[in-house]
Amino acid sequence: MSKEPVAVVGIGQTKHAAARRDVSLAGLVREAAVRALEDAGLSWADTDAVVVGKAPDFFEGVMMPELYLADALGAVGKPVLRVHTAGSVGGSTALVAADLVAARVHRTVLAVAFEKQSESNAMWGLSLPVPFQQPLLAGAGGFFAPHVRAYMRRSGAPAAVGSLVAYKDRRNALKNPWAHLHEHGLTLERVQSSPMLWDPVRYSETCPSSDGACAMVLTDRTGAARAPHPPAWVHGGAMRSEPTLFAGKDFVSPRAGRDCAAEVYRQAGVTDPRREIDAAELYVPFSWYEPMWLENLGFAAEGEGWKLTASGATELDGELPVNPSGGVLSTNPIGASGLIRFAEAALQVRGRAGEHQVDGARKALGHAYGGGAQFFSMWVVGHEPPTT
Amino acid sequence: MPEILTAPLTVSFPFTRSLGPVQSAFLTGLRERTVLGVRTRDGRILVPPVEYDPVTAEEIRDLAEVAPTGTVTTWAWNPAPRPGQPLRTPFAWVLVRLDGADTALLHVLDAPGPHAVRTGMRVRIRWAPERTGAITDIGCFEPYDPHEDDGGDGGDGGDGPRTPAPHHGTFDDPVTGIVAPARLDYTYTPGRAQSRHLAALAGRRITGERCPSCSKVHVPPRGACPTCGVAATEQVEVGPRGTVTTFCIVNIKAKGAGIEVPYVYAHIALDGADLALHGRIGGIPYDEVRMGLRVEPVWTADGRHPDHYRPTGEPDAAYDTYKELL
Repeated sequence: MSKEPVAVVGIGQTKHAAARRDVSLAGLVREAAVRALEDAGLSWADTDAVVVGKAPDFFEGVMMPELYLADALGAVGKPVLRVHTAGSVGGSTALVAADLVAARVHRTVLAVAFEKQSESNAMWGLSLPVPFQQPLLAGAGGFFAPHVRAYMRRSGAPAAVGSLVAYKDRRNALKNPWAHLHEHGLTLERVQSSPMLWDPVRYSETCPSSDGACAMVLTDRTGAARAPHPPAWVHGGAMRSEPTLFAGKDFVSPRAGRDCAAEVYRQAGVTDPRREIDAAELYVPFSWYEPMWLENLGFAAEGEGWKLTASGATELDGELPVNPSGGVLSTNPIGASGLIRFAEAALQVRGRAGEHQVDGARKALGHAYGGGAQFFSMWVVGHEPPTT
Repeated sequence: MPEILTAPLTVSFPFTRSLGPVQSAFLTGLRERTVLGVRTRDGRILVPPVEYDPVTAEEIRDLAEVAPTGTVTTWAWNPAPRPGQPLRTPFAWVLVRLDGADTALLHVLDAPGPHAVRTGMRVRIRWAPERTGAITDIGCFEPYDPHEDDGGDGGDGGDGPRTPAPHHGTFDDPVTGIVAPARLDYTYTPGRAQSRHLAALAGRRITGERCPSCSKVHVPPRGACPTCGVAATEQVEVGPRGTVTTFCIVNIKAKGAGIEVPYVYAHIALDGADLALHGRIGGIPYDEVRMGLRVEPVWTADGRHPDHYRPTGEPDAAYDTYKELL
C-alpha cells in the first residue's frame, strides 16, 4: 500500500521577541497553535494527535514540558509525542507528524515547536561545566566560528560574504511581521563594522535569542480537500545523523547533510535543485552558513556557494531566494527555528507568505540542523500533490 | 588499569517564569491570603488553576475563591526533608482538596508523625509570615478540628468562602513572574578510556586510541571508534607537537573559563592523531595565529591539561597536510 499524501493546511507563529513576559510557556505555544488551527479552519477536536518539539530542557528548565502543555494544545485523550534532535528538532517534529499521516496512523496531526529563551540562558545551557575538561569556550558561536574560517580557506571566499547574508536576511525580515529583529536602519556598513565576537564571526552575523513558537496542521487528502486555503504538499522528507566528533568528519560540509539532501531530492524527484527549487528556508544561525549549506545541499559545487550569495541569487528577487522570511539570523526560538523553516517553505508554495512571497514559488526546501552539525532534517514541499 | 575517576557535578540555574494571567492571579492571591481556582466549562473548580480547560481545551478565565480549609485526599510521609523543601522537620506530602475545589493541591502537612496523618483528615493553611507571591506563601498545612479552633497564628480556618465565590483576580502590584531555581547534583565519571587519558596527562603524555578496524587514532579517546562502533584497545601516544588546523579569536569572556580576552581557541591536530582536539594558543600575539601554525603544549604545575599551546618555531605546515582534518 502506498503512503498517504500529506498536506500542510495550517500554519501559525507567534510574534517572536527577545522576551514574551506577557505569556506563560503554555500561553506562548497556544498562540501559535490557535493561529495554525484558524488557518486550517479546524478546532481542537479535529486533531488526532499532537507532536511537540523543543531543544534541550535546560533551555527553560521545564523537564518534559509536553506533559504540562497537553491542556494548552488540546491533547487530552490523544497521543502526545515529544521530539528532540537539538537545533534541528523543529524540522524533525514536522517530519514525525508527516510520517504519522503518511502511514495512516492519524488523519490530522498538530505539530508544535517552541522556545522561551528569556527564561534561561542558552549559552549557559550549552556550556555546562564537565569535570576533568578544560573550560575553553561558551556558546555556539565559538564552536562554529573555526568551521567558518575553514570554509573561507577551503573556498577562497572573500571576507565580506558573511555580511551580505546578514544584510539580506535582516532586510527580508522587515517584510515578515512575525520576525523578531526588525532593524530598519541597518546598512551593510553597520553589519561590517559590528563588533567581532568570535573572529571571523561578527555580532551582526549571529542569530538573536528569541521567545517564540510555531505550529502546523498536517492532514491527509480528505483533510486537504476540506481546507479553506491552498495546502502545501510534502514531496519528500528525510533526517540523517552523525557523531559530533570523529576522525574524517567534514565540519564544513558534513556528510549527514549531503546524504539527507540526496535522499529528500530522490523522494521529491528533484535532480537539479538549483533549477527546480524556487525558494529555500535554510537553518543559518551564523551568516556564513548560507554559502556553506548551499554547497552541502547541492545548490552549488564545492567552493562555489559564496559566489551564488555574492551574485545576489539568494536575494528575495534572485534566482534562488534563500530565507525570504529573514531566517534564523532574524528569529531564533531555538526549538521552533527548524519548524519555522519548514513552515515558511510551506507558506511559499501555498502563496501565503505575504510581503516576503517569492513570485510563483511551486517547490520549496525547508532545512534544519542541530547539535555539533550532526542532526539534519529536511523536506521538499510543492503546491501540487506528489505524483508518486 | 588506572582508577576510574569520579567527581561531583552540580548543575544549577535560576530559571525565570512568566506567569500569564491565571498563574499571576493565583500567586498574587496567595500573597493576599486568597486561594483562587478556575471554573471549567463543566462547572468544576480546579485548584491550582490552569489556563486551558482540560476537557474542551478552551481558554478559561473565570476565577473563584475557595476556602483555606480542606481535606487530605492522599499522602506520603517524608522522614528526611531535603534542602529547599518547605519544612525542615519530617512532614507529610499531601494532596489537599480545599473546600469548594474539585481537585487537590500538592503541598506539605506539618504533623508529629505518620500516625497523625490519614486520608480524609481535615487541614487548613498555615500562611507564611512573609509572602511574596509564590506557592510557598502557603507555609504548610496543619491539622484542623473545627470544634477545637485554637485561634493560632496560622490564621483563622473560618476565613474564606465554603462555596466558591467568583473573584475578579485583580490585585494591586500583581506578581507577573517568578524565579524558579533548579539544581541537579550528579556524580560524574568520565569512564575508563578518558580516565586512562587523564592519567597519562598527569605524566605529561597525550594519548589516544587506534581503532582496530579503520586504524584511525582518536584523541581524546572514547573507548570505541565513533565510525566503526568497535572497541578500541590499542593506546597510542600522540604529539606532543601538532598543527593548528583552524581557530577563532574569542572576544567574549566565557563564564567560568577565567581566560582573559581576546584569546585564540584552536583546533590542533597533534602529530599522529586523526582528528583535532581543542586548545588555547599562547606565546604569540592573537592576531598572528594562522592555520598551519606548528605548536606544542605548555604545562603548568597545577593544571591537568596543557595550559595552552605555543609556537614551536617550525615552518608552517602546508595546507594539504591537514586539510582532511578540517
